[in-house]
Amino acid sequence: MNVWLNFLIESLAFGAVFMYGSTGEILTEKAGHLNLGIPGIMCMGGAGGCLVLNIIGPMNLHPVLVVILGVLGSLAMSMLMGLIYSFLTVTLRANQNVTGLALTTFGVGLMKVIMIKLDPTVYLVGPKKIFRWPFAERTDALQYLGVLFFVAVAIALIASWVLYRTKVGLRLRAVGENPGTADAVGVNVTKYKYLATCIGSGIAGLGGFYNIIDYQASQEAYLSLEAFGWLSIALVIFALWRPHMTIIGSTVFGFLFSCSSYIANIEGITVTMAAKPLLKMLPYVVTILVLIITSIRNKRENQPPASLGLAYFREER
Amino acid sequence: MEKKIALSMRGITKRFGSVVANHNVDLDVYEGEILSILGGNGCGKTTLMNMISGIYFPDEGKIFKNGEEVVIRSPKDAFDLRIGMIHQHFKLVDLFTAAENIVLGINEKGQHNMKSVNSRVAQIAEKYGFHIDPQKKIYDMSVSEKQTVEIIKVLYRGADILILDEPTAVLTPQEIERLFEVLRRMKADGKSIIIITHKLHEVLSVSDRVAILRKGEHIATVDTCDATESSLTEMMVGKKVTLDIDRSEPVNVQLRLEVKELNCIDSEGIQVLKDITFTANSGEILGIAGIAGSGQKELLEAIAGLQPIASGQIIFNNPKKDKPVTFFHKSMYRVKELAAQDAFHDKEGKPMRLKGMSNAQIRAQVAAENVLFREDEVMNLRGKTPLEIRSLGVRLSFVPEDRLGMGLVGSMGITDNMMLRSYRKGHGGFVDRKKPKALAEDIIKELEVSTPGVNTPVRRLSGGNVQKVLVGREIAFAPKVLMAAYPVRGLDINSSYTIYNLLNKQKQNGVAVIFVGEDLDVLLALCDRIMVINSGKITGMVDARSATKEEIGLLMTQTEAPTKEVAQ
Repeated sequence: MNVWLNFLIESLAFGAVFMYGSTGEILTEKAGHLNLGIPGIMCMGGAGGCLVLNIIGPMNLHPVLVVILGVLGSLAMSMLMGLIYSFLTVTLRANQNVTGLALTTFGVGLMKVIMIKLDPTVYLVGPKKIFRWPFAERTDALQYLGVLFFVAVAIALIASWVLYRTKVGLRLRAVGENPGTADAVGVNVTKYKYLATCIGSGIAGLGGFYNIIDYQASQEAYLSLEAFGWLSIALVIFALWRPHMTIIGSTVFGFLFSCSSYIANIEGITVTMAAKPLLKMLPYVVTILVLIITSIRNKRENQPPASLGLAYFREER
Repeated sequence: MEKKIALSMRGITKRFGSVVANHNVDLDVYEGEILSILGGNGCGKTTLMNMISGIYFPDEGKIFKNGEEVVIRSPKDAFDLRIGMIHQHFKLVDLFTAAENIVLGINEKGQHNMKSVNSRVAQIAEKYGFHIDPQKKIYDMSVSEKQTVEIIKVLYRGADILILDEPTAVLTPQEIERLFEVLRRMKADGKSIIIITHKLHEVLSVSDRVAILRKGEHIATVDTCDATESSLTEMMVGKKVTLDIDRSEPVNVQLRLEVKELNCIDSEGIQVLKDITFTANSGEILGIAGIAGSGQKELLEAIAGLQPIASGQIIFNNPKKDKPVTFFHKSMYRVKELAAQDAFHDKEGKPMRLKGMSNAQIRAQVAAENVLFREDEVMNLRGKTPLEIRSLGVRLSFVPEDRLGMGLVGSMGITDNMMLRSYRKGHGGFVDRKKPKALAEDIIKELEVSTPGVNTPVRRLSGGNVQKVLVGREIAFAPKVLMAAYPVRGLDINSSYTIYNLLNKQKQNGVAVIFVGEDLDVLLALCDRIMVINSGKITGMVDARSATKEEIGLLMTQTEAPTKEVAQ
């Protein structure tokens, strides 16, 4: 296969990690909540899934059941994190930034504790083949396009459809733009905020699980998860708060992020160790460029939700 | 044809803490009529309507819809009862189209079919004579278009009782006429319409009946055809109440501030001040009366340099004559510049040119207080920064609805809040904490602020105490012009009198005091002259010693050319 096409497919597969993370974050932000806990939530999602796989590993279950249980474990753990976040920020109206950062610190730490205790031969070796179905046996980049990759693309598309084509989406966007207005026409603001945050966290958590079990599929994979979490948050800006845009955005990010290791292989260019971090910085540079361009164009549709980061409580006299 | 009662309220009472917003109000609304609710500021018009639309819940009393008792706990309940309110501040999502805003929150089965929504919106628009593009985004709309969306939003939900809170406040005369046309068509369609307003000529031109509220109580409901502007004003303002405020005669009145043909346009392109011309004198309290939002805030902010000015002048006469020059506000360069313009004389009255003197000699002369100003300094405040204006002694102690929003930082103590005005003093990079602390202690003692200590965050103080701190701080800097807007709003009687006495003391000290108030009795008892503004225009300047409440009430509510149209 052409080396560039190979690289592109791998970028696509790598990007799915961010695709999950930023689709989840977009849903949360559309409800007006800036969730900086995404890195921690992705970590916990990964840890939760691996924990379940580790438990069910010796039971020799049907492959489909393994996938389902693994995904459920990941969802449960990350949605629990989302629930903590929404309880603190929606019900108790705690500062969103502080809460999010605290969750990240908490999630990253707890994940490391859990992952060290798990046995990679149980949670990784067997399940990897199942999750990479149908291309598990290939040696080129196609091997990465497994079940969870397609799920990621589907979720991004469905999220866009829900946000822009359905009644639920209209209400969710209204909550993020102007919760007072939504409240006045009878939308249950608290319910929407909780649901968007928890579902968003669940989706983001799957990204962490996908990274450990499928894309990187190594026992060190969990160490890089936090960085991918921050990239996901940057990707939200790149995608201009549109879930379907994350499919393109995540591929670009994946491409830029891994080109430091690829350039050497493909074109025979040697990249010194010192230059690698510089190249890994590229996704953020691109994000800043996107921010500059959208700020200059100043189109209202490309701006973050108007009440992002603001706690809502009914006006009282 | 006998008219049916659509909605009636019986014995409605609503309290906010110790403040009674509505007391025992009875009100009936008939089908197919336009009812105006008329009243001054804070008389409880909006509160009463908010109880029908589900924003507030009455403490006492009952509401009947079509003869049946109903309980309205949320805006949704009101919608379900086919009651819709169009608030003064529109509740719309800017990023959505008109149609999306209209259907937001409606519970129909399945997804919104935007095509059928658009056609239904068009149908409603045609029926009542609206002009609307359902696909247009709200942020692209003018104020009157947004209002149209709000009205259609309510009609789309099938409302048969519409409440409009000051719908004409933001509209141009042509737009108002168009709105009234629409309202009349709705009336003909059998809908009940309630308009909250304080514009008399609008009441007379559009409504069938008028309900007058005063200080939370329902005074009367009269048929519009039996009412005149003066009879309505009389009911609105009530009998004169004598207040026990010591008013001294103005002393040593001198021209201090001269505003000439001031025009201001706000960020939404609405002209908020139109050709404002007036003078404020030292040793005198100038009252400003007007319905809330008539441009009082913008006027004071324009003088303080906080509001961009479209055209006009603000001339400030800085009392300098025969006062020695100091370097406090002036640099050596500025002193030399003024000297070249013959601005100084010495103690014998001979011109002081300072020409040929070295800087050291000039400094010595200034230190010996031998350089005196020949004339008062006259300058235009327009184009000066708020900081420059403040250092000239023009002080704005603005006490808006949100006391902590302007002027004080809620989480800081009184001392720190004093420092917000003096942090530029002190040596090097360090601030001087001693003087602000002494000042804070003075204010606490003089104005009887009840606080646990100078470092207690002002957020924890009661409203009255916060206001005392704010006014006290501005007064402490020996202003030449002191502007106070609503300084007694929300204060109890005793605190109010403390503030009145403070202002009176400033007047006796030769300060030009500008007082924006809402209680006409207070304005009449405290001020020397009262300027009345209405929709950004001055409609009158009266002598507070001889004017009557009715006179001011009429000036506040009348526009220049009242439409003498009889209700249809």
